[in-house]
Amino acid sequence: MTARTAFWTTLTDPLIRQNPVTLQILGICSALAVTTSLATALTMSVSLTVVLTLAAGVISTIRRHIPDTIRLIVQIVIVASLVIVIDQILQAYFAQISRALSVYVGLITTNCLVLGRTEAYARYHPPLPSMVDAFGNGLGYSLVLIVIGAIRELFGRGQLFGHQVLPLADAGGWFTPLSLMLLAPSAFFLLGGLVWAVRSVRTEQVEPPEHTPPLRQEAAE
Amino acid sequence: MAETDWNPWRRLLALPNESRTKTIVVAFLVSAVCAVLVSGATVMLRPIQTANRAAEEQARIGDLVRGIPGMAALLETSGGTLSTVVVDLETGRAAQDVTSETLETALADQANWTALGAGVDIAGLGQRPNFAQVFLLRDSDGISLVLLPVTGQGYGGRMDAILALHGDMNTIAGIAITQHSETPGLGGRIEDRSWQQSFPGTLIRDDSGAVRFNVARGAATTEYEVDGITGASRTGGGVTRMMQFWLGPDGYGPLLDAIGRGEF
Repeated sequence: MTARTAFWTTLTDPLIRQNPVTLQILGICSALAVTTSLATALTMSVSLTVVLTLAAGVISTIRRHIPDTIRLIVQIVIVASLVIVIDQILQAYFAQISRALSVYVGLITTNCLVLGRTEAYARYHPPLPSMVDAFGNGLGYSLVLIVIGAIRELFGRGQLFGHQVLPLADAGGWFTPLSLMLLAPSAFFLLGGLVWAVRSVRTEQVEPPEHTPPLRQEAAE
Repeated sequence: MAETDWNPWRRLLALPNESRTKTIVVAFLVSAVCAVLVSGATVMLRPIQTANRAAEEQARIGDLVRGIPGMAALLETSGGTLSTVVVDLETGRAAQDVTSETLETALADQANWTALGAGVDIAGLGQRPNFAQVFLLRDSDGISLVLLPVTGQGYGGRMDAILALHGDMNTIAGIAITQHSETPGLGGRIEDRSWQQSFPGTLIRDDSGAVRFNVARGAATTEYEVDGITGASRTGGGVTRMMQFWLGPDGYGPLLDAIGRGEF
């Protein structure tokens, strides 16, 4: 029973409480780049979750035999190979989405989230818990991507998964798309807003201020 | 350890992680397994990927044809099929050893480009590929339509377009500007349907065979002219020079002659 609860916490913790994107601010670059539509966000989420889980499993299996001197190289080689395989599969079966994701699938290799989890967790735990932890983190990342992707697609194009949800003003409806939502800055705003929202509910996530602002303003020269 | 274990695998695993032998062996094993995985995936999935690329290419051409005014109706009435041919621009015949698949690789090789001298380089290209991919629409009595990708120098930079010619190889069926960087609102209006609609029916060459097509300054007065765009004479000039180059002897001229002689 305790083992099951432990698994459950490992799996659900990274969803909100320890969310890799909003709390640890990992994997931001891809989160910004691929969230212009829900379909690309979802594909990216699935790819990252699969890579993360498999990499954690493999690395955790051989964790006792990875020489310390080449630890990072071994981990990166494993992650990179998995990413290439996933990329090839996407190109073969999801050609259109693969084009939309362009280089970002390949960049999963350097996604701080993947190396972060293998380095911080899989290296010290047996395969099963490692994979559960990796899967949970993948889900946490996916959750953020899907939320942001949905908001951006809905307000940027009035669509969800390419289906028109809000009738566009051009086509006789009432909705004027916010083109800003499709540009990179909006992802920053949304992500910032999301972090703020999560931290106002869960105040334990708020970081201590790094410096105190000066009490009075210096006169500008 | 009292007795020596003769199983090399177990001996390897028993080595301390800091040992040099183990480091090298682990590094080798990991790379070998990963290499097999990656190569396996690439080789097994390649046929599907190639098929995807071909389908995408076809879809893009389809979009393009539908984008040219009146082309969809033309396709329907003629009922022909669109075929892709790589032509050797020098001879005007289908290229022998270059296909649509290998065209990109061939054009990466500088040997397959021809430098253009100042006299002939009217479109401002500097060099011209020796091979180009064109699209032909055939019906019962030969070629009824040919699509020619052309490129030239506009006011703001390179312009790419697809020109459609009727079966007589002298009447324009339509044009689609696929890429340009002209001033929005002025030269940028070359992508407007309304301007492109003045192309169909315009003639290219006169009886002597000289390319007469040009973009007029103002309204078109001859059957070789299309209307100019007010405030965009440099862009219009660019379009004129682009068409004159590509329809002339250094561009698709040999190809058009060959089709005219019924050699395709």
